[in-house]
Amino acid sequence: MLRRLANYLILVIVATSLAYFLAALSLNPRSNFEAQKPRPTNAQIDATLKTYNLDPETPVVVRYARWVDGIAHGNLGKDIKGGSVADDFARKVGVSIRLLVIATLIGSIGGVLVGAYGAIKQYRFFDRWTTLASFFLLAMPVFVVAIALQMFAVNINESAGSTLIQYTGEYNPTLSGFWPVMLSRLQHLILPTITLTLFQIAQYSRYQRNTMLDVLGSDFLRTARAKGLRRRTALMKHGLRTAILPIVPLLVYNIVLLFTGATFTETIFGWHGMGEWLVLSITTNDVNAVAAVSLFTAAVVLVAGLLSDLIYSALDPRVRFS
Amino acid sequence: MSDTSQDSDTSQDSDTSQDSGTSQDSTTEEGLTPVIETSKEPAADRHGGVPPLLEVSDLHVSFPSEAGPVRAVRGVSYAVRPGEVLGIVGESGSGKSVSSMAVLGLLPDSADIRGSIRMDGRELLGLNDAKMSKIRGKDIAMVFQDPLSALTPVYSIGTQIIEAIQVHQDVDKVKARTRAVELLDLVGIPDPHQRVDAFPHEFSGGMRQRAMIAMAIANDPKIIIADEPTTALDVTIQAQVLEVLKKAQDVTGAAIVMITHDLGVIAGFADRVMVMYAGRPVENGPVDEVYYRPRMPYTIGLLGSIPRVDDDERRALTPIDGTPPSMVSLPQGCPFEARCPIAIDVCREREPELVTAPGANHPSACHRSRELMEGGGEGLLDPETIYPVPPVPEAHEIERLPRAERTAVLEVDNLVKHFPLLKGAVFKRRIGTVKAVDGITLEIKEGETLGLVGESGCGKTTTLLEIMDLTGGQAGSVTVFGKDVREVKGNKARKALRRDMQIVFQDPMASLDARMPIGDILAEPLKTHGWDRARTDARIPELLELVGLNPDHADRFPQEFSGGQRQRVSIARALALEPKLVVLDEPVSALDVSIQAGVLNLLDELKSRMGLSYLFVAHDLSVVRHIADRIAVMYLGRIVELGETKSVFHEPSHPYTQALLSAVPLPDPQKERARERILLTGDLPSPANVPSGCRFRNRCPKYLQLDAGDQQRCESEDPQLQSLAPDHTAACHFAEALAVV
Amino acid sequence: MSIQQNVEHEPEADATPALLPPRRSGRGRLTLRRFARNRLALVGIGILVLLFLFAYVGPLVDKWGYNDHDFTAFLDGPSGSHWFGTDQAGTDIFALTTRGLQKSLIIGLLVGLITTTLAATLGAVAGYFGRWIDRVVMWIVDMLLVLPSFLIIAVLSPTFAKSSWLILVVLLALFSWMITARIVRSMTLTLKDREFVKAAKYMGVSDMRIIFRHILPSMASLLIIDGTIQVSLAVIGESSLSYFGFGIQPPDVSLGTVIADGTSYATTYQWLFWFPAGFLVLFGLAIAFIGDGLRDAYDPNSSNAKAQAKAIKEKGKSKDGESDEAAGQRVGSTEVLSQA
Repeated sequence: MLRRLANYLILVIVATSLAYFLAALSLNPRSNFEAQKPRPTNAQIDATLKTYNLDPETPVVVRYARWVDGIAHGNLGKDIKGGSVADDFARKVGVSIRLLVIATLIGSIGGVLVGAYGAIKQYRFFDRWTTLASFFLLAMPVFVVAIALQMFAVNINESAGSTLIQYTGEYNPTLSGFWPVMLSRLQHLILPTITLTLFQIAQYSRYQRNTMLDVLGSDFLRTARAKGLRRRTALMKHGLRTAILPIVPLLVYNIVLLFTGATFTETIFGWHGMGEWLVLSITTNDVNAVAAVSLFTAAVVLVAGLLSDLIYSALDPRVRFS
Repeated sequence: MSDTSQDSDTSQDSDTSQDSGTSQDSTTEEGLTPVIETSKEPAADRHGGVPPLLEVSDLHVSFPSEAGPVRAVRGVSYAVRPGEVLGIVGESGSGKSVSSMAVLGLLPDSADIRGSIRMDGRELLGLNDAKMSKIRGKDIAMVFQDPLSALTPVYSIGTQIIEAIQVHQDVDKVKARTRAVELLDLVGIPDPHQRVDAFPHEFSGGMRQRAMIAMAIANDPKIIIADEPTTALDVTIQAQVLEVLKKAQDVTGAAIVMITHDLGVIAGFADRVMVMYAGRPVENGPVDEVYYRPRMPYTIGLLGSIPRVDDDERRALTPIDGTPPSMVSLPQGCPFEARCPIAIDVCREREPELVTAPGANHPSACHRSRELMEGGGEGLLDPETIYPVPPVPEAHEIERLPRAERTAVLEVDNLVKHFPLLKGAVFKRRIGTVKAVDGITLEIKEGETLGLVGESGCGKTTTLLEIMDLTGGQAGSVTVFGKDVREVKGNKARKALRRDMQIVFQDPMASLDARMPIGDILAEPLKTHGWDRARTDARIPELLELVGLNPDHADRFPQEFSGGQRQRVSIARALALEPKLVVLDEPVSALDVSIQAGVLNLLDELKSRMGLSYLFVAHDLSVVRHIADRIAVMYLGRIVELGETKSVFHEPSHPYTQALLSAVPLPDPQKERARERILLTGDLPSPANVPSGCRFRNRCPKYLQLDAGDQQRCESEDPQLQSLAPDHTAACHFAEALAVV
Repeated sequence: MSIQQNVEHEPEADATPALLPPRRSGRGRLTLRRFARNRLALVGIGILVLLFLFAYVGPLVDKWGYNDHDFTAFLDGPSGSHWFGTDQAGTDIFALTTRGLQKSLIIGLLVGLITTTLAATLGAVAGYFGRWIDRVVMWIVDMLLVLPSFLIIAVLSPTFAKSSWLILVVLLALFSWMITARIVRSMTLTLKDREFVKAAKYMGVSDMRIIFRHILPSMASLLIIDGTIQVSLAVIGESSLSYFGFGIQPPDVSLGTVIADGTSYATTYQWLFWFPAGFLVLFGLAIAFIGDGLRDAYDPNSSNAKAQAKAIKEKGKSKDGESDEAAGQRVGSTEVLSQA
């Protein structure tokens, strides 16, 4: 266990370091300042870059050392506008979680149910159509679905004559009062949630359908019925319970990954979460932010992996004891 | 979700019920004939006027398939009376399991079921799921073949038994649990209070099957249907489980329907037997009648093709040629006609009914059954001689030499193979040593067959792989053709050795690459050892002919052949380079008996023709007895008894060999009933946890009879092989011959 | 593999396997037949062929190039002159779409091919030889899985503009072989202990020959199916990166960039979105259909053959653990690349 943890830690360190070097060497933070109006003097720019630990004159190894030193002291450095990366971080993770919790809940449960039911009704109407629909979704990039939904929302809004569904931002900041803000949040949540939920259902249902199909042909299900359980009871108690086991680690994994945000959905619907930050930090040549995001992502991926392993071994008696 | 599923289920059920209802009407009349037939037989009379518990009449089952409907069951009728044991025998695909699944109503929805199944006079076919559920597990209980996959892996054994109790009885959890513990105790699970909370994977195969039986008798069923209940188990465990099943019957008074392919198991266990072939019963009657006075060539062939542990002289087995017909496109006449040695014109035209021939005491389905009389005679056929008995192959010149004068092809001296035992799912650590092979010494001379026997987990396969790996093991030595494999350095020298020793594996499908035509498969060893194209091409038809296959089939793929033919291909491949030693790893255990006989005969013949030596690894003692010159019995990584075949079978001297031999069922009802079994307690211990002193002592029946001083010796001193007779050694401090067959 | 359910038959009899109609041929033809019966898969192939025709013949018919600007038509709807309309710079959407589709098709197929080859070779070698080779390969796999691939490709994207889009292909492939390699490795571990591999080994066949002649062909089905999945993942990945400006760099176009350029006008001038997006989805669907058809044709689990086999009950145990695992990990991989 410890060895594996150590190995993971090394992986995180190597991955993050690599990301740092790549970002530091190929991004050009200077361009941000050169584009500013009025354009600061070169000396000013150099000075600012230096304080941000972005100075291209300093050898990259030295910059890296400083960055690592900062992390050791809990300091993730400054973003390109001079703010604290750590503060950005907290804010953006919060946004991502607000966006993703509902979608993940509906997506996981929906996916499991759709998949299991599809397996029971294999090759019948329900199964055929959900299979086709998930194919359709999984064959599409997220941004296509997101944009299509936006266009759809515009149509609805137009025909309703008022803006029922919002498709950019998290809420309308001009509003005040608890209920109006909540309503606005809700209006803004609809589209991204639909996008995310659809994809998750599509994915999980495919997987759940497979595991359920395996279980359906199993001998123990036959035993359960042979001892007098009705088909439905046997399916729920023995079938689904067993078929859901392999899905659980996947769900856990994805829930942990919530923290890293949803790149496309956030960007397209204008939510300022982790996912959007990833894109933004690259387009704004924000080296420290890029490094922070990759550090965080690597760490989260590993935690997710570990956690799902642990949960699996806790759930499956076969793994627990062998 | 669940609501709709329920709706459509019931609607579907009612659909099928209508289907079977109507078709039933149309078939009852024809269906009546066989039923009357069975009730006429004397066996039924023995049970007097007792009405049958379960009555299956004219059952037909077919499944849709890509090639058309598979008619898996075509008119099965039988009746089971209270307390009776009915054995249903047949080879794979004969429809024996499908017909019993139909009784429980557990066939897939796609199955088309017709006929009638009555339980206590009540028609079961067409009952919906809810009604059937009240019968399943209560009136009719089931024991399945593979107890690992038949138990839900995520629930403890106790939970599953409690569930079975609570489905049918209105008792609280505490009571049900107490009952579950009682049941586990009844079926002989040690420490039932603790083991009740164990999960299926923590049980051994035999224990799981016991737990399955406990579950089956939880509600005092009237009938227990056991579908190949011991097929996945070793013989000694099989003997235990059969004993438990008998006990379960005594306790509940249930009737048992025992489905199996093993004629030996039925012989001692069943009252009546029904032989099935191609979806139909072909012979039906009291066990003694069917075994001693068979009236149908298939039954006769089946009985003749089984090697028996009580065979004394060496005889060639009589295989049934050919293959069961396709259940999709059955020929018009008798389905057995193509394989039958006494088929006549009428057999090709009309399928025979199951009727009692004049002079016979039980019904059989053969146009010529009236001619098939014991002892033959004028115008009659003697069942003993209808199958041509293949000649016993003439011994090779090497085989005629006295053993001492032949050179050794394989010598294994004190071979050891230990594995580290790792524990932990997420993190692994070494917690012990698996002593898979723990000091094995054996020798094979030219032209000799050594049978290495033992139950699963005894280390026989590891031994064999260690020999084939040519690494020399962790300790001890392996000497092949006089060369210590440790001294053989370099790939070239090793390759040269490999040329002379070849292997045939158990599963012919797994050992042939499904993506290559068999011509390429046979060419591979030749190519590897540098034969040129022309020579290889000439060799392939030769090889195919050698093993009795059509040389024109070289471009076919393995999956186009049957199991027996594939095994022949494997053998041909092993013989391609004309080796001196062939290692055979359970070469016939994946085959049906009637096919097994043909392969065994072939092996015997090739050995004599080519002067081969065999290392024949098997778990089936009767097969080994048939083919081996000498026998080594393995237990927990060691050889416990070694000697000439006859001597080991006649005078088994190690208590384990005795138990093993006594556990092998004989296809001979009278002998079987008279035999006394030496039942071993418990399971084979894990090779990670070998007992001190004699490794067999914790299961040894002899140990229990010894006084304290002698027991002390077994506990502290590891017995070595000691000579009992010329060429017969046993590793027991108190070895003593005991005839058990 | 219903063929494996044959009941025994002996040499003397005609080779008619029981339970099957006579004259059954090899696995390949059986697979082909099942595939051919799968209508969706045939539709997939049909669509794919049409897409290729469209992408390469279309530009020959159209009078506009993807770099041309029609200064008389900005944001014009579909018309006789501009079949798919024009964008804000007066570029012909038809020309853009065909050009973008060409890129997407080529990138998808190339990445699929490279990924599968890489995964098969490395996975099989790691699994077969074990020891340090295995450890090194698996460490690289873990490593690449942890690396934020999106970020790295994005950061490196300016270089594509300077040199070649082929670098994008290499990068996409580099970051997508790992999970397949893991599956291949675990299958190799099982296959290594299978009897036909042992038989070859005991015959003296060399290791590399065993890998390429016995082990990899045995998982051809998995590799082919995986290849198709990789193609569609690559297309999605490429277009997504391009959408953010991290993929194909101007002046070249891909469907992703075409859609991205039109996004801000899309709600009003819908042809800017629907045409390129439609073709992208069509491509993805075609690949998905083909992959699914192949799986159905190869995998005995997915047809009703399995239910029958169960019912007729045989000794042979199914050994499809691998394909389940494959399915499981597959979901994971979609997740990694598409990043929702």
